[in-house]
Amino acid sequence: MMPIGHYLFLSLALFLIGTIGVITRRNVIIVLMSIELILNAVNINLVAFSRIFGDVAGQVFALFIIADAAAEAAVGLGIIIAFFRNRETILADEMDLLKW
Amino acid sequence: MLDSIIFYFFASVAILSAALMVTRRNAIHSAIFLITTLLATAGIFLQLRAEFIFIAQIILYVGGIMVLFVFVIMLVRLDVALHQIQFAKQKWVSLIVALVLFMQVTVMLWASRRLPGAGLPEAAPVDKLQPNSEALAHSLFGAYLLPFEIASVLLLVAMVGAVVMAKKRTEPK
Repeated sequence: MMPIGHYLFLSLALFLIGTIGVITRRNVIIVLMSIELILNAVNINLVAFSRIFGDVAGQVFALFIIADAAAEAAVGLGIIIAFFRNRETILADEMDLLKW
Repeated sequence: MLDSIIFYFFASVAILSAALMVTRRNAIHSAIFLITTLLATAGIFLQLRAEFIFIAQIILYVGGIMVLFVFVIMLVRLDVALHQIQFAKQKWVSLIVALVLFMQVTVMLWASRRLPGAGLPEAAPVDKLQPNSEALAHSLFGAYLLPFEIASVLLLVAMVGAVVMAKKRTEPK
């Protein structure tokens, strides 16, 4: 087991890369993949703290987060398919139906 | 020694392929690099002796979610999007946001060392959570039974919602 700071900074790096992806990319599918990356970075934290405190609850929460990620990916991709069928685009800045 | 070599190998693979994932032009390449990141994270979980999460990560994320992503990328016609600008104009905004987040977490970690009784604790003994699947099952079906059932309802709702949204709309006669 490495010192826990290493895991925290690995998780922070992945989280920041995911944040940059969510803000900058125009392709909605890649934005969704960046969200998956962020959820994964949080999982590293949970499992590292679960290991360091010897408490299994962190791993249970990591499992719940994986289940959430699956649900979110399914719904998000469903929305993308429906939107592509209507508007023929998957670029985030062309999705401006609600813009006044 | 071996521990740190394994950690640094998986960590560098994860960060490198995550950076590549965010910057690639082709969405399929992004998906492949995301799979590499997820596999490297699975290696980190194994190094932390969380064997069940390691297997769940590979089966669920890499085997399930990413296959779904690749399916949708292939369903959606992308060759037009390939030749357009890939990044929105918020490049500087995103860098500033990332920098602020980094500063926040770093300052918080640095400050937390001064709290009384805080600091970074020593690791628990290795065999405390072994056998891993058994410990996880005792917790999951004992203390966390209600969240477990709620998660199953959530998955059902998500599945129905995804089918309803993705199916072709037929006009009522």
